[in-house]
Amino acid sequence: MTPVSYLRADGAVDAIRLSALHGHRLLGGGTNLVDLMRKGVERPAVLVDVSGLSALIEEAADGSLVIGAAARNAAVAAHPLVRARYPMLARAILGGASAQIRNMATVGGNLLQRTRCLYFADAAGSRCNKREPGSGCDARGGFTRYHAILGASPACIATHPSDMAVALAALDARLHLANAAGVRTVALLDFHQLPGDRPDIETILAPGEMIVAIELPPSDVAARSTYRKVRDRASYAFALVSVAAGLALDGDRIVDVRIALGGVAAKPWRALRAEAALRGGPATAEAFARAAAAEFADAEPLPGNAFKVPLAMRTLAAVLTELSGERA
Amino acid sequence: MAIRINGTDVTPPDDVRVSLLDLLRDRLHLTGTKVGCNQGACGACTVLVDGERVLSCLMLAAQADGRAVITIEGLGADGLHPLQSAFLEHDGLQCGYCTPGQICAASAMLAEVEAGVPSYITRDLSGPVVLSRDEVRERMSGNLCRCGAHNGIVDAIMAVAAERAP
Repeated sequence: MTPVSYLRADGAVDAIRLSALHGHRLLGGGTNLVDLMRKGVERPAVLVDVSGLSALIEEAADGSLVIGAAARNAAVAAHPLVRARYPMLARAILGGASAQIRNMATVGGNLLQRTRCLYFADAAGSRCNKREPGSGCDARGGFTRYHAILGASPACIATHPSDMAVALAALDARLHLANAAGVRTVALLDFHQLPGDRPDIETILAPGEMIVAIELPPSDVAARSTYRKVRDRASYAFALVSVAAGLALDGDRIVDVRIALGGVAAKPWRALRAEAALRGGPATAEAFARAAAAEFADAEPLPGNAFKVPLAMRTLAAVLTELSGERA
Repeated sequence: MAIRINGTDVTPPDDVRVSLLDLLRDRLHLTGTKVGCNQGACGACTVLVDGERVLSCLMLAAQADGRAVITIEGLGADGLHPLQSAFLEHDGLQCGYCTPGQICAASAMLAEVEAGVPSYITRDLSGPVVLSRDEVRERMSGNLCRCGAHNGIVDAIMAVAAERAP
């Protein structure tokens, strides 16, 4: 690690003031940033500890749930309102990392964690356009089991590692962002960027800007929702593919549906094509399979991750089958 | 400010790069807490901060300023902790390197269960938690044992949970 100084922000106003410092990084729980500093991938001059931002989980007047950016992942998953109203979110968080890491990690930091692509983390031995723009990508042609099958670019095939963000994408979550210029609200779906030719730019955050809260709107589909994660071992592993889905049924007819996918792209992937194929139609195995096929029609797998296309399609269909009443 | 470690106040190190793990082992010689992977993948460095299990390798000592840390030395300060006795009784170890992390993690895990916190495999997220062997395995998945003593570890934790049940 390179030498670094440490400042603890006392609330949002102080955090915004300190985020003007040159070479700073925001420190939430540190579960990703401390590791990347040790690996030489991140070399901040100043750490601004923002664990003093709001960690409250509160219901707003319109029925939304507002979660402070410094809330710990474990606290969100354990919250009675999250468990009762947004089961896919509780289960997604509980499916991520380990209990120790969930106790440390903040929800703001979770959304800003970097990819776990092995070539990105190998600062000493691998080229990476995300780490050093224009240097090349050693993942392409390498071990691509954990890499993207949707939305990738010649410059980068990394995936976003968050489970929580997949559920937030399906739930139409909104992020409250703040810097010295003011406060704005953006949809989570617009927050993360696909890699294009600038994979080093991962979000729309402006200079000095930070996440201060996550807002979950009331949802017709969240009550009947879940999250399923397929991985190389039963627990404590990153997703090969994951599915967050919620379903609102009237008899056998699908009134509304939300689906997002993890492990397949550089951002949590909202399955809009599958949703459009399902909405208003019958909740049958054939419809689920057709919707999954529609979502992956333009998938661009690599030799090392081609298995993910049928795996994701089957997982998506299985989750919808489970939600429609039959256990898959 | 200070870090309260097993009941004693310790001044945080001047160098921000010192992890809580390095502070415990190299500066305070509390070597019960182990260095395994040093990258958050194995759980050997698990300690309790304000009563919650965390990885001391991924926490800077500076982040623990103003907080209370309990290590395996603090957990077993008044003779063997019930989990330590149960690990001996049920062969929950072979080489013993992962054991302090396993026991710190298990002590916090039992408190989580008593608080009704669900896991990824809990069917009803809002219902009562029944601590099955599968639940123990899921909840302890952040602590690896290269000797493969996991069956004994689950036995030991189940035995302590049964003793504590009302």
